[in-house]
Amino acid sequence: MTKAINLTLKVWRQKGPEDKGRLETYDAKDISTNMSFLEMLDVINEQLTLAGKEPIAFDHDCREGICGMCGAVVNGRPHGPEKGTTLCQLHMRHFSDRDTIFIEPWRSRAFKIIKDLVVDRGALDRLIQAGGYISANTGGAPDANAIPVPQASAELAFDAAACIGCGACVAACPNASAMLFVGAKVSHLVLLPQGEPEAAQRATAMVREMDSLGFGNCSNERECEAECPKEISITNIARLNREYFKSRFFSNVK
Amino acid sequence: MPLDAKIPIGPLAEKWDRHRFELKLVNPANKRKFEIIVVGTGLAGGSASASLAELGYSVKTFCIQDSPRRAHSIAAQGGINAAKNYTNEGDSIWRLFYDTVKGGDFRAREANVYRLAQISNNIIDQCVAQGVPFARDYGGLLANRSFGGAQVARTFYARGQTGQQLLLGAYSAMMRQVATGRVTMYPRREMLELVVINGQARGIVVRNLITGAIESHAADAVVLCTGGYSNVYFLSTNAMASNVSATYRAYQKGAYFANPCFTQIHPTCIPVHGANQSKLTLMSESLRNDGRVWVPKNAAEKRPAHQIPESERDYYLERKYPSFGNLAPRDVASRSAKEQCDSGRGVGETGLAVYLDFADAIKRDGRAVFEQKYSNLFQMYEKITGEDPYETPMMIYPAVHYTMGGLWVDYNLMSTIDGLFVLGEANFSDHGANRLGASALMQGLADGYFIVPYTIGGYLAGTTLPNVSIDHPAFKDYSAEAKNRVRKLLSIQGKRTVDDFHKQLGLVMWDYCGMARNNDGLKKAKEMIQELRDEFWQNVLVPGSENDFNQSLERVGRVADFLDFAELMVIDALDRQESCGGHFNEAYQTEDSEAKRDDENFCHASAWEFAGEGKTPILHKEPLVFENVELTQRSYK
Repeated sequence: MTKAINLTLKVWRQKGPEDKGRLETYDAKDISTNMSFLEMLDVINEQLTLAGKEPIAFDHDCREGICGMCGAVVNGRPHGPEKGTTLCQLHMRHFSDRDTIFIEPWRSRAFKIIKDLVVDRGALDRLIQAGGYISANTGGAPDANAIPVPQASAELAFDAAACIGCGACVAACPNASAMLFVGAKVSHLVLLPQGEPEAAQRATAMVREMDSLGFGNCSNERECEAECPKEISITNIARLNREYFKSRFFSNVK
Repeated sequence: MPLDAKIPIGPLAEKWDRHRFELKLVNPANKRKFEIIVVGTGLAGGSASASLAELGYSVKTFCIQDSPRRAHSIAAQGGINAAKNYTNEGDSIWRLFYDTVKGGDFRAREANVYRLAQISNNIIDQCVAQGVPFARDYGGLLANRSFGGAQVARTFYARGQTGQQLLLGAYSAMMRQVATGRVTMYPRREMLELVVINGQARGIVVRNLITGAIESHAADAVVLCTGGYSNVYFLSTNAMASNVSATYRAYQKGAYFANPCFTQIHPTCIPVHGANQSKLTLMSESLRNDGRVWVPKNAAEKRPAHQIPESERDYYLERKYPSFGNLAPRDVASRSAKEQCDSGRGVGETGLAVYLDFADAIKRDGRAVFEQKYSNLFQMYEKITGEDPYETPMMIYPAVHYTMGGLWVDYNLMSTIDGLFVLGEANFSDHGANRLGASALMQGLADGYFIVPYTIGGYLAGTTLPNVSIDHPAFKDYSAEAKNRVRKLLSIQGKRTVDDFHKQLGLVMWDYCGMARNNDGLKKAKEMIQELRDEFWQNVLVPGSENDFNQSLERVGRVADFLDFAELMVIDALDRQESCGGHFNEAYQTEDSEAKRDDENFCHASAWEFAGEGKTPILHKEPLVFENVELTQRSYK
């Protein structure tokens, strides 16, 4: 059933990377519980605009939980309180009348704040550039059924490949580690026979790049798994560790 | 200028081979001397960037999001077609070709569609080699499912996230080229101008969305892969930033825009819930494999779905189209849903919805099988609506989803501007008046992996390209033009927000140029758009400044272009006095309310040439010649 609620928002406002930033308070009145969290922010932004103020900057695009562009820390939790849910798929029916909601950007050394809730996640692209691919030039592929892949491996690979690159795992981690992100990509590719030839090279290169970009290390807090909107398992981190050790001790990769 | 599609001569099945042989080649050592700009990083742009860089070209790639992996191809759910015939049902290149031409209601070019069907098999091979985790059978071979408009299972899929997995494949191939230095990636850039010098596309002007700086980039060719224009309706299944600006700006510079009125309304979307809704969410067509669409027989029905007995339900798709049933093509299924709701038998709070019921299939296959096939879709539905589709039937309604129209291109995918190539949804080429499910991914990747890498070489090798750098006066002029436009929009300081105008435009388009159209409505819409545009330029309110990260400023430029473009859509819809595929003019229908084509007068692609601000565009017709298939009234009975 549709109903309307009233909320108090405490939103992080920061003009740019050099600005100190502060929380500002806004009243969100008459918010339909059918709205998504981002639609609620749209309503606030329309009001701010008409009042001659600057709207809240926030990243978003597909609004169906798959592009990975949106994300903010809501009441201390990346993407808010619902499990396995991106911010755009969080609906206001999960909040109660007269709640106060704190909304802040991802915070991590590797993600610089651009404005308000918008951060620079270019470091995640650089991790993929370091080795998150299979080197298969267009044109040379054999028939798609030439190499059978056990169904179970394909399913596990898919579970890891479902990562949307939103960065919530980094934001959730007390060390701002990107181990779940890297673990998911290394797992996705090593679980498939096509990804095997480059496995050793990939694991070493991606871990090195992660260190050089200023991400922290993993200390098994499991916050990443708890907050991942796609519920990617930390067994992928274990697999990454295994692949990394194999690469360092049992391969020719320097 | 007469339109020359440059279709190779010879039998249909040999055209592409012959053409590849006849295309001039660029010497491998010379490729790196050519700079190519790619705008957009969806399936078309990502695959083109990667493939061109692998060949050795110097590629500069631009996207509006913070990362190329965000492009809206990522949201495609159901699958990708290919003529592999792994299921032994008798599929073939010819059958995929025929289904696509028929599905498009005989308004696509035969030669292009045949090539698409030929390439479809290479795409699956390529994606598997990249590590795309397609669904597999127990033996480890690839699995297939059925989609609308086909009677064979030829759709490859990765749960309900096929677009995501294919895009990540293309993205990772491109990232590998970024690491080699052959692709330079420019994220958070929006194309504001196409730079044309001596009739050749030689660069673009973009706005850096973080700093607001206007930047110029020169090249030897420009490849637009900027997607479709569904957001002209405000509410659509497209991502929030999807827009027509890049293709519209190319149109203003001389690229013809073809069939803008061909828009696809997808039958299975989550219904609209309220005035503050920002977008619509698709439920994959693959659900129609197992879901049965129905409405209550009685318009006054008030009971919840599970209390309505079988005998009082109308499974109208199964009744009207016994051979295709719930898998009737999209345009047909959408119009049928509208018909039911217009007759008062719609369900839900607004009455603008029909049921998509999985009860029979869950009973037959068990919940576990269902979860493996559709878990993410069911979860998404529950998140948005708060209802569990395992327990109650889904409620669905059609929504704008895809646009078949786009910039006119020849067989080489080159527009009417030399050196401007257009790929994927941004061009008009392969889907005619209606796209079949799982064919968009196929086309985007065909264009990017396997067509443009050859045809762009043919262009570069056979063209004299004088040296052009960003110091050329044209870049200065276009940059100034772009800057002036930004300043003008900021200076209006009116009383209505950007979204307010966009929503109003969307309603006009949905009401008068949506699922069903008529001449009076279209004429009225044209006037309403003109009035709204006049008001927009007097009364729009854009907060903030130009040299800053300013999302309102991003949106206002896109809406300004939609306001111009909407009129072109209406002009095209008015000109096409027939019904075909997604373009349904109420005056032209069969006795069974199906689209009635007029092959005598409208068997052509309508390509519109920009004639100047405020002037009526000039129509050019590309006749469609069908030598291999017979034009018939589409029937899915």
